[in-house]
Amino acid sequence: MLPLKPIRRPTSVLASAAPRRPGAPALTAPPRDYTYDGTFEGLLTVLFTIYDWRAAPSSIQPEASAQVGLFAQPAHRETDEALAARVWDGLLKSMDSEARTRLYHVFLSEDADRELLIFRYVNLALRSAQDVAENYANADVRRVQRLAQQMFREKHRMEAFVRFEKTQDELFHATIEPDMDVLPLIAVHFTKRYADQRWLIYDRRRHYGLYYDLTRTDVVQFEAAAGRKTTDVSATVFDEREPLFKLLWQVYFDHVNIPERKNLKLHRRHMPLRYWKYLSEKQPREVRFEPIQNKQPVVGKEVSAGQKALE
Amino acid sequence: MNERIQEKLSILADAAKYDTSCSSSGGKRKNENKGLGNAEGMGICHSYTEDGRCVSLLKILLTNHCIFDCAYCVSRRSNDVKRAAFTVDEVVDLTINFYRRNYIEGLFLSSGIFSSPDYTMERLVRIAKKLRTEHKFNGYIHLKTIPGASEELIQEAGLYADRLSVNIELPSELALTTLAPEKNYQEILTPMGQIRDGIIQNKEEKALFKKVPAFATAGQSTQLIVGASAETDLQIIKLTDSLYQGYGLKRVYYSGYIPVTDDARLPQVTQPPLIREHRLYQTDWLMRFYGFQADEILDPAHPHLDLEIDPKLAWALRNRHVFPVDVNTAEYEMILRIPGVGARSAKRIVAARRFARLNLETLRQLGVVLKRAKYFLTCQGEHQPVIGELSEQQVRRQILFGSGAVRSALVTQQLDLFAQAS
Ligand code: SF4
Repeated sequence: MLPLKPIRRPTSVLASAAPRRPGAPALTAPPRDYTYDGTFEGLLTVLFTIYDWRAAPSSIQPEASAQVGLFAQPAHRETDEALAARVWDGLLKSMDSEARTRLYHVFLSEDADRELLIFRYVNLALRSAQDVAENYANADVRRVQRLAQQMFREKHRMEAFVRFEKTQDELFHATIEPDMDVLPLIAVHFTKRYADQRWLIYDRRRHYGLYYDLTRTDVVQFEAAAGRKTTDVSATVFDEREPLFKLLWQVYFDHVNIPERKNLKLHRRHMPLRYWKYLSEKQPREVRFEPIQNKQPVVGKEVSAGQKALE
Repeated sequence: MNERIQEKLSILADAAKYDTSCSSSGGKRKNENKGLGNAEGMGICHSYTEDGRCVSLLKILLTNHCIFDCAYCVSRRSNDVKRAAFTVDEVVDLTINFYRRNYIEGLFLSSGIFSSPDYTMERLVRIAKKLRTEHKFNGYIHLKTIPGASEELIQEAGLYADRLSVNIELPSELALTTLAPEKNYQEILTPMGQIRDGIIQNKEEKALFKKVPAFATAGQSTQLIVGASAETDLQIIKLTDSLYQGYGLKRVYYSGYIPVTDDARLPQVTQPPLIREHRLYQTDWLMRFYGFQADEILDPAHPHLDLEIDPKLAWALRNRHVFPVDVNTAEYEMILRIPGVGARSAKRIVAARRFARLNLETLRQLGVVLKRAKYFLTCQGEHQPVIGELSEQQVRRQILFGSGAVRSALVTQQLDLFAQAS
């Protein structure tokens, strides 16, 4: 079996109905550059620190990619799970759990400005008497909504476009390369739906996957064995009927098309080109598509005569 | 063997594709038995055809053999076409294996009539039953009932299917008797009524007893062929309205007639009436989600939908006296009626105006299409459209042809006035 190593993900905490507390300490100290370890908990720890030190961030960056000015002194905070959990719970005092979830989605969106955006949103929420989630006149609120929406769309697409292939040992395997880090968001859907088959969905871009073993779903990483790409499953032996169903799916896809209505622009809008790589129906055909001629008029018309001439 | 399956699938998918009702939404089936699949809420489009339609279900006929001879149908008896028939097990195997690979949300099964309506219906029911009981399949199943099938079989179908449908096909009884002489309206409406009653009864029983088997929880739907007979749009949307109200249908689908057979009783068309079909869907949408009544959209004086502009804009142009609407104060229902404001922007407008007064710039950011909307709304005096002073034709022209056309039209008008004054 594949070597598995779980990755930490924020555990969702049940919403507690705490009373709203107005106000947050004013950020009076000089602004600072912050770095963190790139995890969501790490970012939550930074949020805590900002209010603890009363120093607004001029930047928040993952440590690995941090670029700071020549004279700047980046403040690095080690991730503190307990603090992170406290901040995560505390957010509910100034927003509902839906808005809080949106912030997590913004984080997963991998947007270049995500950390500062999350800070600004939280800061706005802390200082506002009303729920800011619907304050669409504010640019940060709109941006958060936009990113969360894009995330939702990508999640939806992945739930649609995953194509499993059955291996000889009855594992259903799929590879994806989503625009954003959606695996944590699609786990629930696939776990509910495919409860009676083992499956693995692997994010090739981010080098980790989800694996369901008939009892639970785990986040897994493939340890790169020296000099060998273990992430490649193309060497796997497929179930003997796998090629048949792939072929039948292609046959089905070709035959439900209505040529009179052809609209490739619409087609591409729904199924952007970048997803085609892993869609079995978009792979080259081994058997040429032959349209069923049933639609043509049957009694001696020029059309059918012409058709005959072509045959 | 494999090649035979391939051939069957191509014939029977091809014959089913002209039925446009392929949604998989509204299911309520959870995966509680550690079985395969679930059908909850919104269905997923797993793929899109090259004409941009959603592929969500394995939509096939059990067979395209048929003892009937409906004029508009490819599978009719007198048509010389390739015929095929699946066995019960073949359909079950295909469904399960497509589903496991995440190709589909479920099965949409329909059929030509072989031997007799009951003989055919019994097989459709057997497939659904096998999927549910032997394979613990909880994905979506839509069965089309066969006209003339017995009440008991339809009852049983409702136990295994999420949705049942009876296709009306032709929007009037007259058209049905000419084009499908072996069918009659009664045979279509009776099972529709029966399914409606089954759904209602099931809801009542559910309220009383916990363990009542579900009955077609995603409701029933039907399909109308548009353009194969002479009904007006008004007749069609009136029929739709009565189906929603009287039979509690979840969806009515419209299918622009595509010439599939050569028959003197049918209009000679080369292009399917796609725009008309699209306008009918928009109208359907306005009735279901925007609070419009059928007779607000069309009336005997205007029995056809405007193909050039959408029905909401057409309504607004005929009802210029209710505009402009002030986005900062108007009721949600009124804001929904502004052309260029969709349901989402309308909700956002109502939410956002609690924080700040809205102006054109914020409206644009909320997703309002100002190109249209600007003629019909105001923002507390900040923007005053002149809707009251423009004629229907003027607004229409401006929206259709852009502001270049506007300016020149206004300029000419002013020049005229100038000429008169001097
Ligand atoms: S009964 Fe159905 S399949 Fe048979 S000819 Fe009529 S429409 Fe076609």
